[in-house]
Amino acid sequence: MTPDQRLRWIAKPLVFTACLLPLAWLVWLTTSGGLGANPIEATNRFLGDWALRFLLIALAVTPLRIVSGRAAVVRFRRMLGLFAFAYAALHLSSYLVLDQFFDWPAVWKDIVKRWYITVGMTTFALLVPLAITSTKGMIKRLGGRRWQMLHRLVYAAGIGAVFHFYMMVKADVREPLIYAAILALLLGIRVVVRLRRKPGRPRATGVQAT
Amino acid sequence: MLIQPMKSSDVRSSEVTPKSIYLDRRRFLRTAALAGVGAAMGPMAGAALAGAGMKLPGLVKSSHSTAEEPTPYDKVTIYNNFYEFGTAKGDPGKYAGGLTTKPWSVAVEGEVAKPAVYDVEDLIRPHTLEERIYRLRCVETWSMVVPWVGISLGDLIKRLEPTSKAKYVAFETLHDPEQMRGQSYPALRWPYDEGLRMDEALHPLTILAVGLYGEEMPNQNGAPVRLVVPWKYGFKCIKSIVRMRFQETMPETAWSRQTPGEYGFFANVNPGVDHPRWSQAKERRLGEFLKRKTLMFNGYADEVAHLYTGMDLTKYY
Repeated sequence: MTPDQRLRWIAKPLVFTACLLPLAWLVWLTTSGGLGANPIEATNRFLGDWALRFLLIALAVTPLRIVSGRAAVVRFRRMLGLFAFAYAALHLSSYLVLDQFFDWPAVWKDIVKRWYITVGMTTFALLVPLAITSTKGMIKRLGGRRWQMLHRLVYAAGIGAVFHFYMMVKADVREPLIYAAILALLLGIRVVVRLRRKPGRPRATGVQAT
Repeated sequence: MLIQPMKSSDVRSSEVTPKSIYLDRRRFLRTAALAGVGAAMGPMAGAALAGAGMKLPGLVKSSHSTAEEPTPYDKVTIYNNFYEFGTAKGDPGKYAGGLTTKPWSVAVEGEVAKPAVYDVEDLIRPHTLEERIYRLRCVETWSMVVPWVGISLGDLIKRLEPTSKAKYVAFETLHDPEQMRGQSYPALRWPYDEGLRMDEALHPLTILAVGLYGEEMPNQNGAPVRLVVPWKYGFKCIKSIVRMRFQETMPETAWSRQTPGEYGFFANVNPGVDHPRWSQAKERRLGEFLKRKTLMFNGYADEVAHLYTGMDLTKYY
């Protein structure tokens, strides 16, 4: 097997399966009564947690490439990003279906009146074009440069997702602050690399902080 | 319109299956369920069972009880906001087991003829233990129906003889980070404190609860003694009380100190006044899928609306 085949036929399926594990865990919790006294709230939190985690994992790919110098890690980025989108979509669906049960006037009031929901919805809206343009065909159609510009929206989505969580918490902000610190690190590495890159030097895959 | 007279569609308690039969059935189901869990979990189940305890004898049924279906015991005791033991709903159930509740003293102080540090037994024993089945509405929009066991706070207060200067009662929870692991982090300023206006404290619906489901209070629900004010949001119902102070001025309270824009002193259940971050119009009764409409004063408007006549409840939330 060539390295490429190994990646395509072994590593990718393994990562894909791993990404489904939280969902399988949720299904198991649901069927075993492990979600506690308020399963609707627990489901929504669970999916929200994992949407945020996958978003951060996807955002960790480029820093990982920079630090490790292994260009191959980038080949997992799209899959991880799409899983972040999938968990975010499930999180939103659980709010619309389980929590509000299609009470659209109530949903609309939430969006315009509740800041954390406004931010959450906006964050999801930012992820939609990224998911749609994630195919090879769309990259070609947009052109690499424009595609890359568009996909910088993911930074805003990361900030929005952490902020959404932070604003929701009543008193104990330690958990959202941990996510905020991780996000700051992941974005910070990019800033440092950009600032230290010599002017005129072309961007290349596997670029290292010098 | 803020104050809606509640139509008395509640079934009166005289029409209901005798509680003893009902509770026996519940107890049977619960024991069976716990036995199943115990068998599955082995030694771990011990922690969950600790605190589910002594039967409280000679309970008097109260005409203030609702006939609504009580929320099952296992939900009432695993879904708790008791930040002294951690901010997750399951934390109190996991970590409150070690709290020593016997002996337990309560300091009574301030504008009162009989200030002293009392043993909680001495405070409670002279009064009639009643079962009061109340709706409990949390400010977070979930609700339960809990069969509390307790005494009328008003009866106790009368026995303690507050002076004419006593306009408010302030309450404090135990502050002991050794026993209450959540207090090692300042999620709120410890000790937790709450308060009532004197007319609220004397209201016949207000109780000091020492148990639920006919048994001594589980630690995670605020053992050994907690406040229950059924027309107010749950956070008013301060748990594990160690101090009662009668005073002339309105006391500061834990949540309104923490986030004054979101939590006020009165905290009356009011579907017409939203929390800044969510609507209070509806609530999810634990165990139900669809949300139900929240009732003014949590359905106790007939009994308590007169306490707030002339007050702007959007201002005094």
